Amino acid sequence: MSSLYQAIILDHSKHPRNCGELEHANHHGEAKNPTCGDSLSMDILTENGIIEDIRFDGAGCAISQASASLLTEAVKEKTIEEALALERDDILALLGVTLTPNRLKCALLALETLKKALRPKH
Amino acid sequence: MIPENIRKEFPIFDNRPEMTYLDSAATALTPAPVIEAVSTYYRELSANVGRGLYPTAEETTARFESVRERISRFLNTSSDEIVFTRNSTEGLNLLAATLADRIEEGDNIVITALEHHSNFLPWKRLTKRCGAELRIVPFEKDGSIHPDTARSFVDSRTKIFAFSAISNVFGTPNDVSTIVRTAKALNPDILTVIDAAQAIGHMQVDIQEWNCDFLAFSGHKCFGPTGVGILFGKHDILSSLPPYQVGGGMVLDSTADEPTYMDVPHRFEAGTPDIASVFGLDAALDFIDSIGVDAIHAYESELATQAVSKLKKAFGDSIHILGFNDRRESGIVSFTLEGIHPHDIAQILGERDICIRAGEHCATPLHHVLSLPATARVSFSVYNTEEDIDRLIEGLKEVRSLFEN
Repeated sequence: MSSLYQAIILDHSKHPRNCGELEHANHHGEAKNPTCGDSLSMDILTENGIIEDIRFDGAGCAISQASASLLTEAVKEKTIEEALALERDDILALLGVTLTPNRLKCALLALETLKKALRPKH
Repeated sequence: MIPENIRKEFPIFDNRPEMTYLDSAATALTPAPVIEAVSTYYRELSANVGRGLYPTAEETTARFESVRERISRFLNTSSDEIVFTRNSTEGLNLLAATLADRIEEGDNIVITALEHHSNFLPWKRLTKRCGAELRIVPFEKDGSIHPDTARSFVDSRTKIFAFSAISNVFGTPNDVSTIVRTAKALNPDILTVIDAAQAIGHMQVDIQEWNCDFLAFSGHKCFGPTGVGILFGKHDILSSLPPYQVGGGMVLDSTADEPTYMDVPHRFEAGTPDIASVFGLDAALDFIDSIGVDAIHAYESELATQAVSKLKKAFGDSIHILGFNDRRESGIVSFTLEGIHPHDIAQILGERDICIRAGEHCATPLHHVLSLPATARVSFSVYNTEEDIDRLIEGLKEVRSLFEN
């Protein structure tokens, strides 16, 4: 059994939750990982500062897909502030693994996309 | 013939006997005599080149220049056309910087869609700065450039045509001499630049036969140490270029309002070079010559050919191999497995001590053309065996079973 590809990551990468587009989203963000060509986009619907619904779309490795799936599950019903306060270690806790610097970029792509979507536009 | 006990010449296998190293296109492993040559410099000479008048300095300088001679013979050219650089990338950046004065608005530079970023970004930046056009020749299905295709990209305003001898993703050699001849027939003033990073030490290269104006390669991809590369330039053109970096070791009169500089090649070697790595590169050429570059080419190509055949047999329609040729002409094979991201493949194989490369291999434009976000790449060299191919196949089968629903 692979040390990195544990059940939770494989499950979420094969059967991603919250995958697709969200019609009435009021937030949208996109991000790319130039080293491996992974790309993600997120549609988010917020009401009164609360994340009511969220969907992600994209192509990438199991780590980036699983972390997007896990993160979208985790932030539903949370406030925008709570979501923006998430950090690297929160993502690693969701994935339940430690990662080398190269794969960390894959894992953090979802968080970057989420923050891009939720940060106020200038 | 590859000597049967060749793996013994690579000390990394003493420390990592189980490792299956399939990433020689990124960097080749280092044979013991190369490591020895690097350390001998520090243990026995450890002097700077160029100026010292004491014995170790004089010997260091003499040996340094003898390596330049050696490299010029290896490439069939002359030593005043050989510039020591850090790597291919530095050689190509040197050219883009020093050729800038010759590029005017409305001119164009021709490259190909196969290029590594090192032979793409310097030209992209140069054309942008000069208001010139960057033209990109598409590649054939086998991953090579057709001379006739290139023909339609070259015109009277083309100043430079830069392309790789072998794509680092497809691994298909280009017919360099024909492409150069075809381009020069259309515009004799074109400067041709060859990125030979994947070619030197892995196939026969004769600069007179290729008749290119410039050529760059890295020492570490042909069994040498990191930190040293070579830029070849035809003497007439090279000596007409301004310095790249200025400083010690390349100036004649520094106090004049307009400093005067040394002749080529020293004009392009400001500062103390990586002397130890230059000595190591000398030992790498000994290593290549002791086997014979044709034997290296035949062996690496044969392993790649066997790998293609075994991969197709094991994975059928679910594997996509880049380039349709079953008979490979280098050690490089790139592929994708349906439904599994190349990064996951490389990571899982890595956990089994099988070292392959995944991603865009610094060739993003090529991947855009193919509409692939990434590919997996294996590359074979003299220390690999058929066993390594079998371990790769077994590893890939495990990857696939992990991702099966």
